[in-house]
Amino acid sequence: MEIIMAIAAGVLVTCAVYLILSKSILRIIIGTGLLSHAAHLLVMVMGGLKTGDAPVIKDGVTAYTDPLPQALVLTAIVISFGVTAFFLVLAYRAYQELGTDNIEEMKGNDSYD
Amino acid sequence: MSLLHLAILLPLFASLFIPIIRRSLHRIHTGWFVLAVPVSLVLFFSRFVSEVAAGGVRMEKMPWIPSLGIDFTVYVDGLSLLFALLITGIGALVVLYSIYYLDKKESLHTFYVYLLLFMTAMLGVVLSDNMIVLYLFWEMTSISSFLLIGYWYQKERSRYGAQKSMLITVFGGLAMLGGISILSLLADTFSIREVIAASGAFKDEPFYIAALVLILLGAFTKSAQFPFHIWLPDAMEAPTPVSAYLHSATMVKAGLYLVARMSPVFADTPLWFYLVSGVGMITLLYGSVSAVRQTDLKAILAYSTVSQLGLIMSLLGVGSLSSEGQQDLALAATVAAIFHLMNHATFKGSLFMMAGIIDHETGTRDIRKLGGLAQVMPVSLTIALIGTLSMAGVPPFNGFLSKEMFLTALTDLMHGGVRDLRTYGTILLVLGVVASIFTFVYSLMLVKETFFGKRNELPKKAHEAPVGMLVSPLVLVTLVVLVGLFPNALAKPFIIPAVEAVALKTPKVDIYMWHGFNLELALTILIFGLGAFLVLTLRKWNRQAGAGLFNRIYDASLVYGERSSTGLHDAVMTGYMRSYLVYIFGFIVTIVLSTLWLMDGFSLPDRASDVTAYEMILLGVMLISAVAITFARSRLTSIVLLGVVGYSVALFFVLFRAPDLALTQLVIETVSVALFLLVFYHMPDISRKEERIKFKLGNAAISILVGATVTLVALSALAGREFASISSYYIKNVYDLAGGGNMVNVILVDFRGFDTLFEISVLAIAALGIYAMIKFRKTGGNPR
Repeated sequence: MEIIMAIAAGVLVTCAVYLILSKSILRIIIGTGLLSHAAHLLVMVMGGLKTGDAPVIKDGVTAYTDPLPQALVLTAIVISFGVTAFFLVLAYRAYQELGTDNIEEMKGNDSYD
Repeated sequence: MSLLHLAILLPLFASLFIPIIRRSLHRIHTGWFVLAVPVSLVLFFSRFVSEVAAGGVRMEKMPWIPSLGIDFTVYVDGLSLLFALLITGIGALVVLYSIYYLDKKESLHTFYVYLLLFMTAMLGVVLSDNMIVLYLFWEMTSISSFLLIGYWYQKERSRYGAQKSMLITVFGGLAMLGGISILSLLADTFSIREVIAASGAFKDEPFYIAALVLILLGAFTKSAQFPFHIWLPDAMEAPTPVSAYLHSATMVKAGLYLVARMSPVFADTPLWFYLVSGVGMITLLYGSVSAVRQTDLKAILAYSTVSQLGLIMSLLGVGSLSSEGQQDLALAATVAAIFHLMNHATFKGSLFMMAGIIDHETGTRDIRKLGGLAQVMPVSLTIALIGTLSMAGVPPFNGFLSKEMFLTALTDLMHGGVRDLRTYGTILLVLGVVASIFTFVYSLMLVKETFFGKRNELPKKAHEAPVGMLVSPLVLVTLVVLVGLFPNALAKPFIIPAVEAVALKTPKVDIYMWHGFNLELALTILIFGLGAFLVLTLRKWNRQAGAGLFNRIYDASLVYGERSSTGLHDAVMTGYMRSYLVYIFGFIVTIVLSTLWLMDGFSLPDRASDVTAYEMILLGVMLISAVAITFARSRLTSIVLLGVVGYSVALFFVLFRAPDLALTQLVIETVSVALFLLVFYHMPDISRKEERIKFKLGNAAISILVGATVTLVALSALAGREFASISSYYIKNVYDLAGGGNMVNVILVDFRGFDTLFEISVLAIAALGIYAMIKFRKTGGNPR
């Protein structure tokens, strides 16, 4: 399962990078969303999958799944949510002010040089 | 701190008071107050003359950075003392001259502050024993010279000249720092004295030659040796007292000082001999030929300085010969070098001051406009005649004596003991004679074109300079004559101790005018004869020089450097985010894949958990929707598909036994998708616009490479897992220590609570940021 999931994470990264390289700012944000999914899955996979029960103390259970990667991923999910929300609003405001969502048109003014 | 340290730093301390004096005593020329500094220093240093002449040296130590072995050690021997007296003596004369040369309206305080800064720097260079301290003062001379050349900063040529000299001398200074560093590593000390003592031990070390070349680079750039001479003629934009002081008598001799000082370390090495003598000789010839082609008085003198410095340098090169049978020759050459170094300081200083007087009294320095000043400026004429004749090497002035010694050294080298030096010696002699002819030509040309011939219209009505202005050059030409007549008076107090410091042997100094009928006499007659012929026919063969080849190379390299860096910048920094992302991804892929390849790091994990049908189906759903996003026509579709991926991830968390993650992921994915939709709802234009991303092969290739890299690294890392997880501690202690049953939550708030604290801060900052972005708008903006 770990091998399959590693390959799946690779596929997610591929899609994410492809989106990030596109011109539309919204697609770029979608790409970052995919990239964080890939990263979260990868952290889980690297910690080892299904080595026991869910990490909640229960009588009679001796083997639990590694709780540490789960705690890390939980932190990462929250942070990436905060950043994504911020980016989304930023894109929205940029569109309002500049009238475009094409990243190539947001090159800035040469007169600032 | 001893009196010697105070003497070196005295000009620096004095310079602190200059602005105050200038402001409070503005009716008196500030120079009069400054004059006290060099005069007292001359008196101070002359106290050492008898002691040093008796063979004594004085060493004073002051710790500066003892932990690094850097001490401000002052070392006075014959060579340092000679230079210190030159610096302070000519310094005093130059200050006196500048009092009459510079008007009180000029910003005198800056001038004298820079000049005193320079004086400290120069004294520090010649008196320091510690190489790092020497380097410090060395760069201080570069900086103060830069400031003085750019003194009239309103003029474009001044700024150009200042920049040029700065670039070239600092280039050399940094090279020298490299050489010093290597040398100090080889000898394990920063003290020149100890390096000389240890020099025999590291001659075969691999970096020894590098140290030699780097130190010579420093010396050659500072002393305006070929092809680094180009900064000196452009430094003539400085006020004339500065040109006389820095660019003829003292700073340009710092390189000579360095070569002389380092001679005991490197003299055995043939490369040192060939480089120093060869470059010196080329400089001598090139400088003298270029000087003839100039029309500006100061430019002629600048090239003449270049060529005379080359002469001294070549003599120092010959003086470094130390193999058997050439000891006497080497000593004689060193004596000649030291003697000419002193002579040059006297006559070149006086000539520069004379040029300044002519400029001051007529308003021009162009020899095409000047002429016939002999009647109106008789004193200046006398000064100029004595100076130029000495420079040309005409008896009975001191230049004649040192030129004779130069020719003697070269003929001896030609006849010299070792066979393989004969050809080289002959070449040097021929070059030296040709250069001497041209020296003769420009020296006489200088006087002839300025003082004789027809008088032209001049910007100012020419008349003799004020007495105060004439004092300094008169003192110098008096020295020229006195040294010419009684050269041996200098031998005991100055020349012998200085040569002892350079060659570590005591020379026999016996300078006299008449050598008898020999090759040198014939050569001298040849020089005078051909020189006189060339002067008389000057108009027929001489044409004025444009910018020389090396100046053009320098300018072109500046332009080319700027243009190519701009070109590189424009090519790389496109301003498109995509390009930068491509660089970043490309770099990651290259570095990671090549490391994997080179280290042979790839391997497959051998242990794995089982695969169930649920997981395969879920995997299919997730991957299909992820790939579909990239092909989606509408952006709304991509948002929904992103939601599908997010929920699949949540379901994976369920399958991987992570209930808290599944919960959070579900909630957050819902909120994110809602946010995406909210944003799109407010962007009506965009949500309706339906276009697919144009498929781009390059982007696809990069993304596949990045994805493959991630997978390969993940698999290799899985395979190479070495240690058991630390989570057994959490699992064991979660109830006993923390009193909770849910391990993930206990880790988040108890074992690793700090992470959570700052994750909360991240959310708070994001929320505040979003609020600010929406709320605070540019007034007069256009919110839709």
